[in-house]
Order: sequence, then C-alpha cells, then structure tokens
Amino acid sequence: MNPVLRKRSSLWQQLLARPPGVLALGLLGFLYLCALFAPFLAPYGPGDQDLQRTYHPPTGLTWTQEGLAVRLYENADPTQALYRPIPGKTAAIQWFPGGHSYRLFGLLPCRRHLFGVEPPHKVYLLGSDSTGRDVFSRLLYGAQVSLSIGLIGISISLGVGLIAGGLAGYFGGWFDSLVMRTTELLMAIPGLYLLLALRGAFASQFGSGEVYLLIVVILSFLGWSGAARVIRGLALSLRAQTFVEAAIVTGLSPWRILWRHLLPNLASYLLVAAALSIPGYILGEAALSFLGIGIQEPSASWGLMLAQAQEMKVFMCNFWWLLTPGAAVFVTVAAFNLLGDTLRDVIDPHFRTGSR
Amino acid sequence: MSDPNAAPLLQVSDLAIEFASPERTIRAVDGVSFSMANGSTLAVVGESGSGKSVTALSLARLLPSPPARVRSGKILFDGTDLLTLPETALRHYRGGKIAYVFQEPSTSLNPVFSVAFQLSEAMALHRHDLTDRRAAGLAALSEVGIRDPERCWKSYPHELSGGMQQRVMIAMALVCRPQLLVADEPTTALDVTIQAQILNLLRDIRSRFGMAILLITHNFGLVKGFADHVVVMFRGKIVEQGPTDSLLAAPRHPYTQALIACVPRLGESKKRLTTIDYDKLDALLSPS
Amino acid sequence: MTNSTLSSPHPDPEPLSPLLLEVEKLAVRYPLPGGFLGRSRRFVEPVKGVSFRIRAGQTVGLVGESGSGKTTIGKAIVRLISPHSGEIRYRQERIDTLSGARLRPYRKRVQMIFQDPHNSLNPRLTIARIVGEPLEIHFPALRAQERRDRAAQLLARVGLPADSLDRFPHEFSGGQRQRIGIARALAVEPELIVCDEPVSALDVSVQAQIVNLLQDLQQELGLAYLFISHDLAVVEHMSDLVLVLNEGRIVEEAPPEELYRNPQNEYTRKLLAAVPSL
Repeated sequence: MNPVLRKRSSLWQQLLARPPGVLALGLLGFLYLCALFAPFLAPYGPGDQDLQRTYHPPTGLTWTQEGLAVRLYENADPTQALYRPIPGKTAAIQWFPGGHSYRLFGLLPCRRHLFGVEPPHKVYLLGSDSTGRDVFSRLLYGAQVSLSIGLIGISISLGVGLIAGGLAGYFGGWFDSLVMRTTELLMAIPGLYLLLALRGAFASQFGSGEVYLLIVVILSFLGWSGAARVIRGLALSLRAQTFVEAAIVTGLSPWRILWRHLLPNLASYLLVAAALSIPGYILGEAALSFLGIGIQEPSASWGLMLAQAQEMKVFMCNFWWLLTPGAAVFVTVAAFNLLGDTLRDVIDPHFRTGSR
Repeated sequence: MSDPNAAPLLQVSDLAIEFASPERTIRAVDGVSFSMANGSTLAVVGESGSGKSVTALSLARLLPSPPARVRSGKILFDGTDLLTLPETALRHYRGGKIAYVFQEPSTSLNPVFSVAFQLSEAMALHRHDLTDRRAAGLAALSEVGIRDPERCWKSYPHELSGGMQQRVMIAMALVCRPQLLVADEPTTALDVTIQAQILNLLRDIRSRFGMAILLITHNFGLVKGFADHVVVMFRGKIVEQGPTDSLLAAPRHPYTQALIACVPRLGESKKRLTTIDYDKLDALLSPS
Repeated sequence: MTNSTLSSPHPDPEPLSPLLLEVEKLAVRYPLPGGFLGRSRRFVEPVKGVSFRIRAGQTVGLVGESGSGKTTIGKAIVRLISPHSGEIRYRQERIDTLSGARLRPYRKRVQMIFQDPHNSLNPRLTIARIVGEPLEIHFPALRAQERRDRAAQLLARVGLPADSLDRFPHEFSGGQRQRIGIARALAVEPELIVCDEPVSALDVSVQAQIVNLLQDLQQELGLAYLFISHDLAVVEHMSDLVLVLNEGRIVEEAPPEELYRNPQNEYTRKLLAAVPSL
C-alpha cells in the first residue's frame, strides 16, 4: 500500500487541534502568567502580617455607587476568629494603587498593583492565615516557587539523563556500565530516605533562596536515573538504525551524529517525559515543604501553605480557604498530565515506521 | 483440472474499496471482478499501490474499517456473500476456510509464543474434530518440508530462519484445511533460493490437498509455472486477465508488457532493463 | 567528477584501469554472548578469509544467501565494522588500521547505499539536509546556498523533482527514498560505492529503474561498484565480475556470461536454478 502522502503538520497545530491539548495549554498558560506577574497581581507581599485579622474569611464583594467594593468585617470573638460583616459598611476597591515596592520579573522597579483597598481596610480574596497574611497573595508568590521548581528540576534531570544515557547508549563499553550501575544504585535506595538524608546533610540555616536551589538539586539528583535508562535504550535502538550507519560512512564525527541524528529523534520522547515528570517535582517540593524541610517561612510555597493548613484548628473551624494551595497543586498536576498524554498521542504515530 | 461448469469457489464482482481520511478519499480498488475455481491457482500481479493487497485482505474482511470502506461489489465464496455476513459467522471463514500467509513471517508470528502454542491455537479455533493436536501439528510441520518437526514444534519464532518461519506460517494455514489459501507476497522478504523452495512447497501442497491458491505478487517471474490464471492490476483497476500461458506469450495491455519486460533475466548481462513509462500509460488510460 | 585524472601513486603494471580496492584474506569475527564478565571465548566468523580486487569503473558483484557474510564484507570495506584479520587496501594504502578522523579522506572516496529505504534516511531531517550533510563534511568551503544548489543538482541527477528539497523522507516511496540514498552517496563525488542489496526491498518494476540509474551513473561518472545481492539475476545484470559467496568463503569467481553458461560450483548452480524464469 502506498503511504498516504501528507505534509506533517507542526506539533503545535496538532496539539491545538485536540480539546484536551487546548485545555491543558490554556490552564498552564494562565497559571504561569499568574506566577510571572505575581507581585503585580497580589495586593500584599507574601510576608505582610496583620495580627488583628488572623483567620479572616474571604471578604465579600458588593456593588456600590463608587463601583466594586469589599464588605467590612468586625471581629466578634477574637479568641475564636469569628468575623461578621458590618451591614452597609464597605470600602471601595482601588485599581492600580501604589503599594509596597517590588521588581517585576526581578528587573523593573514598580510600586503599582492591580487592585487594593484604602488602608487600614484589607481585601482578602481567599481569606487570611494564622498571622493575618493574605492567602491569595501568598498563593501567587507560592506559584513562583512551585511552578518554576518543576521546570528547572526537569531541565537539570533530563539534561543529565540525556547526556549520561545518550552517551552510554551510543558509545557503550565501560561508560555504559558505569552509568547503568550508578542509576541502579540510585534507584535501589528508597527515594524518601535519600531525600531526607540529603536534606539533612546540609545545614538547615540556609536562606530561602539557597533552600530553593537545594531542593531542585536534590530532586534532580533523584530524578535523572530513570530518564537516563530510557534514553540509553532509545539511543541504543537508534544507533542500530541504518541512517546512523549512513552518517558514519559519510564521515560525521560521533558528536555530530549525536547532535544531528540522535537528539532530534529523542526530542519527542523528551517532551513527553518532561510534561509527565514535572508534576513529580511539584509534588516533591510540596511534600518537602509540608514536612518542614523545604521552603522556609516567611517565603511562600504551596507545600508550605498546606503544612500550615494541617492544624487541627483549621478543620475544626472550617477555614476552607487555607486549603486552596491544595487545589492549585491538583489543577497544575492534572494539567501537566493532560498535556503529557495529549503530546504522546500526537507524537506516537511518528514513532511508527512506514508500514507497507 | 476443474470442471468449468461448476460454480466457482470464489467470485469477486465489481469490488470497489475506498480509504477515507479527513483530507481526502482514495479509491484503492475500483471495479475489480475475477473468479477462481476449486483447486485453481490465481496470481494477482501489480506494483505497490495497485490495490492487489487490499483486494486480498478484503476477501476475509481483514481491512481496518475505518479508514477502509467497501463502496460496492460482491465477494461470493462457495455461494455466500462474505461482505454481508455477520462478524460471528465470518470467523468461521477467516483462517478456517480462507487462510492467509503474509509477506513478513517474522511479524506474522507472535514472538512470545512457541510454534506448538500457535499451531494448537489455530487448530482449537477451526478444527474441533482433531483429538490429538500435537500429532496433527507435527504432521503439518513435516508436510511443509520441515525436517525435524519435533524440534520445530518446541521452538520459538526467533529461533527459526525467515524461510522456516514462512513454512510454519504455511503449516498453520494447512492444519485448518482451508479451501482457499491467500499468499500475500509470501516470498518478498526472503532470499531467491528460499523463494524458490517456498513456491515449490505451495505448488506441492495445492496438488496434494486440492486447495485453491491466490498468489499476490509484484514479480511476474513467479507467475510462470505456478498460476493457472493471472490478473494484472494497475492503480486499483484490472488492466488485463487471462490464462497464464497465453497472457505471458502475448500480453495485450502495455502495462502487462512492461511489467513482464522489467524482470531481469539470466544471461543478459549489462543490458539495460526495461522500465515502465508511466506518462505513456497515463495518456493511454486517461480517455477511458 | 571523473577519476581518470587521479592516477594512483604506484601505477598498476597491467594495462587496465587503476586498482582501487584490494581485499586480502579478510576475516571478520564476533564474540558470542556469554562467558565470564563479558569475556567471551567463543566466536562466530561470518567472513573467513576473502580476497578480491576492484578496479576503477568496474562492477564486482557479490552474491550469496542470507548469512553468507556478504553484508559483513560490505560493512568491513566501509569500516562500519573492523576486520579481525586480513588487509583492506585502497589505492595501495591500508585502511583497515585507520580510525576516527584519519578515515575521513577514505570516506570521501568510498560510499555506501543501504538495503532498507525506510531506515536509511533520518526521518527528522529534510532531504536538503540529508543530501547536504556529506557536502558540509567534505566540502567545507561551500556556503549554505551553494550546498543547497548542489543538493538540488544531485536530486535532479537521480531523477527526483526539484521540490523534494524541503520535504521529509516519509513523503517518498521506497524507490524514491533509494534515489535519495544514491544522491547522498554521490554528494562526496566518490570513486567506489558499496551497494548493499539496494534493490531487494523494492518492487521488480522499481528495481529495474534503480538498476538502470546505477548503470547510467557508472557510465557518466566512471564509478566502481561492489554490488551485493542475493538475487543472481540482478547481480549478473550489473556486474563485470561475479563472486559467489557461501558460508563466508568465495566459492566461485567468474565473469557473468561464463558463470551463467558454465557454472563450476554446486552452490552456484543452486543459485542459478533458484532464479525464476519467464
């Protein structure tokens, strides 16, 4: 049978032709935009406390002559964090008010925020936590940590896995044995213990930036072995393909063959693997922070915020808004998995060789 | 040979098959009609894309649908229209009355099961009368010229050479005692020497068991001395058909002539081979 | 492009075209799996001492069944595998001992065409890149546009349409892919091409086109071929000299007419008998 001759449409076009792909990309795009513009979108800083307003419920929104406004609350019983809206009293929402200063993208100095209310009133879209910090703002700042850790982690672990696995598969010999034995060693150690041990081996007096880096390195160190083994297998089978032999006969150097002929054929696998592995890093960070050995206060991350939500009080008093980081983790992980599955569906037919 | 007045074993009439994709629809088989008598051999010759394999697969409705779709036509096997038969009744024909041998023996056999398992499975499906499957299987293996059937019975496909694998495929077809054996390019993946052996085997089986054989091939060289009748297909249509000897001696259609001429012959060293002039054929075929 | 101007450093005594390739007592061995710590003591030897020569512009046919060692010989000549013993000389220079970058000048002179047209082209590269790659290596002075023009010329020479350049291998039929493989081999302007079963996976009608193309290219460019096939009819058509290979040894060596008329070896007769007649 003749293969149906058709131009291969680009990965993007095929991805966008599928509803799950559009949904996943849309969600992730939204989440990453939120993280990128977190300081602008958040009305308050991640560490801004207000001990007068602990466990404040989400403020209600109403419409007044002056436009959109928030209700004002009075603290009925400070021992129980019981807040009651004061009837008829509101504070108008200001658009683009000046607030605490920050640097957008870490570069542009800026003082404007998207919205806010006239101090001393406060707007808590998703309530406040035990020290009166705005959960909505912390959720946005936490997204910066939680969402970037996956991207950076996967770049490191897939990078290491690609180099180690690719070279092992292509050259074989002692290097292959070395890499494979190392990965087996890593995989034989239970992941959680290794994680705790590595975390414990370093001083706990690190600043939050250093802890962030440390977590990325630890997670990547654990993650590269699986990728390396799969990539080695792929490289091994690609090496046996005739087009690699043809490249050798042409006189290409091994590095050029790896770069030109192996890497493009691995690219689709790497893409799928990346999409499906990123949730592991997000969950890994959340787990570490939840256990108290990840991101440290007063920085925000989703895992850390959930750790605070585990207090008995939160469940007893039904402070549901403190669980929103869990929902954010869920949505992100689900979106990445959806993207990975859709990518695999799109790419898989290309792996099939021409059938006659 | 067979009685010309008897009802044919297989009668394909005005068969048209399309492959639909979102972009376009391709007509792979277009108005194909031919018939085969009991115990006869027919060769369908054509190039890749001529629709010969599609025709062969459609006989037992083996084409995946979608994308394949039968637009029109009838396939009468022993008086039954296979195209309208319900799926459950069709299973009786598939592998039972109509057996297939495919091009790639290495992919037609399941690599994780032994020859014994795969042969027994075929018998379990289609030969309920057999009590001793092992004996029947060993007999089938020796019928296809395997010298050590005991050893072959126990082995796995990867332990056998391509020629041996193809013999096992033929044995699998044989144990079901089919009335029609469809051999779809059975020798294309094999060496010329093995090809000759497999063709001899098929010829031998036909005379011993009296089954009809439908040979699908791109090589006119295999037709002579094997098939009683030839059907030549080009772009989904039959361009010529007739008894092998007369067709080979005096091919009428230019496509048939070219297809015969392009086969390399021994003793014609360094001579240019004849190739098919598709432009000329297009010009010839377009007015009709 | 022709090699008639490139005379060998040591002129051959015979009044024939210059000697390109000399294979002497070539043997290839693979260790069998097993043995302690991967140190195997058992071997298979698919090629057991094979000697032959190829002159400029000549076609030597190598015929034998699967497992006779014919593909192994081809791969040893292009140094995809290393011989166990014996010598391979190209224009009097030993190439079986070279490796890495020192093989590069040799790779410009000896190229290979592969059997499987589906596997021999990288599915992720355009035809322009596939055909242009040898030019990048062996003609580094060419600019990108010159490479592209040269690739277009090569594709036209093997009978492919000009719009093939920016397409991908999966858009082509088996015969067309084999033409692309030939264009890639021609790009370095080689003197000798090892053709490893180039037509075995193709329809007979396409096979005829490729065989004719190879013969035309030989006439035009003065190429020499080592033509490997299991099909004696095709080998006979192509070759000036036929080597019959059985179980790693050459059992008969003769010009094709002689081989056809008066086969000496039992195995040759078996191969001849297997060719279907019309």
